[in-house]
Amino acid sequence: MIEFFSVSKLYPGNAPGIVDVSVKIPDGEFVFLIGPSGSGKTTFLRLLIRDLLPTQGNIMIDDIPVGSLTANTVYTLRRKIGIVFQDFKLLTDRTVYENVALVSEILGKAHGEIEHGVMNVLELVGLADKRNHFPMQLSAGEMQRAAIARAIVGGPKILLADEPTGNLDPETAAGIWDILDEIHGLGTTVLIATHNQDAVNKMRKRTLTLEHGALISDEAKGKYHVGRHDKHDHKGGGSK
Amino acid sequence: MRLIRDVRTHIRRSPYQAMAAVLTMFLTFLVGSVFFLATVASLTIISYFESKPQLTVFFVQNAGEKEATLLKETLDQTGKVASTKFISKDEALATYKEQNKNDPLLLEMVTADILPASLEVSAKDPTFLSELDTVIVGATGVDEVIYQRDVVDSLLSWTNAIRLIGGILGGLLVLDSLLIIGTVIAMKIALKREEIEILTLVGATSWTIRAPFILEGGLYGVMGAGVASFLVTILILWQRYNIVTFLGVIPSIQSVLGSSTSVVFILSCLGFIVVNMIVGFIIGSLGSVIALARYLRD
Repeated sequence: MIEFFSVSKLYPGNAPGIVDVSVKIPDGEFVFLIGPSGSGKTTFLRLLIRDLLPTQGNIMIDDIPVGSLTANTVYTLRRKIGIVFQDFKLLTDRTVYENVALVSEILGKAHGEIEHGVMNVLELVGLADKRNHFPMQLSAGEMQRAAIARAIVGGPKILLADEPTGNLDPETAAGIWDILDEIHGLGTTVLIATHNQDAVNKMRKRTLTLEHGALISDEAKGKYHVGRHDKHDHKGGGSK
Repeated sequence: MRLIRDVRTHIRRSPYQAMAAVLTMFLTFLVGSVFFLATVASLTIISYFESKPQLTVFFVQNAGEKEATLLKETLDQTGKVASTKFISKDEALATYKEQNKNDPLLLEMVTADILPASLEVSAKDPTFLSELDTVIVGATGVDEVIYQRDVVDSLLSWTNAIRLIGGILGGLLVLDSLLIIGTVIAMKIALKREEIEILTLVGATSWTIRAPFILEGGLYGVMGAGVASFLVTILILWQRYNIVTFLGVIPSIQSVLGSSTSVVFILSCLGFIVVNMIVGFIIGSLGSVIALARYLRD
């Protein structure tokens, strides 16, 4: 369970990241986080992984008060969460297999277990045959699938994705949405910050809408309202 | 396994930086080892002479065995003398000739007449020497009294100089090593900034991220110290015979260097190399820790 209790994050100069946001996301839910650039989506995700600390309010994840974690203990939280970035953040000097295996190695898993786990997730994202390729040898869609594989290989309870299809063509993006939906089907809580209205409108999942940092709507089967979200100016922690 | 693989990759990808770090550590330990061994040898020699409560009494030219026997009896009556040995003019000449047998020029001018007879006196305890001195100075025919203390004082001033120079030079070299390793590791941290960020985000502990850098610095230290101490060991082995010839009279030096195949010698060499490598690891790791504290704050 993810819980935000009146959480605000102000950047230097009092620029609002998010403002007085309270929300609960139960385990196993699929949630879209939408809103114009600068509305606070990325801030919301960064607060969840304690990459940022709230200016006020509390965040709880599975009864762990995120704000109380220190730099030395934050790994306990991050091991519960898989993260997918818009710019993939793959290590260019390592193969797809090595990039994905990195998380399992950090978790201290045995060699056999790592190999089994990595091959399973590469099968899931359709990259098993490209496990020995380096990121530079992959298309953007394949890189994003590799990033998703890395995010889920440790078996996280929560998967966060920040604009996972921001750099992809519609056809490739559709494949990514399918994979994310499949991961959700395995019981993972999925929280995705996106501008992709087609996906939001098609999948009809719970949708949180942010505007100027405030949570302006929370719909069980939300839709992306064209024009409503994209005409605002950009302030605060924009999407990466 | 991942740790070792990461360290190997770090070193392989920047061999010149690695070489600079290892070479610096090598020089530090080469100079440090030489000064350390020189200091240890000096202290051993001093300790040997200090443990010998001896003095040598030289007689005037026309005095000889008669005066020496008289003095010996007087000293024996004090009960503070362990042993005495009379060296006649002829024996002194024989010793002189033996010591200078390779230099005929030094032998030509010397006869037994110009060498004084002497009496070597060993006290039962070093504290008795000053009391014996009073007795000796008042005796007939005594010209001069030489104490081992004079030798010790002379050695001590040399040892202090070696220690001072070695300490300053060693300290500067250790500082230099720390800075070089710190700089090399800082460059690697900068190069791997993105990887560190990713590792942090996917749940790596602080130790998981730092350990490869600390181990890498330590490894530079181990390699530099290992090669330097191995080289110094070879030098000792090469010069062993000369050292034993010159200082073999000192039991502790004789027992260590007396035989190159003895267990004591082999263990001493191995101990020297291993201790140096451990110190090298500590210095190298410390350089890395300094770089991490400076460039990889939480």
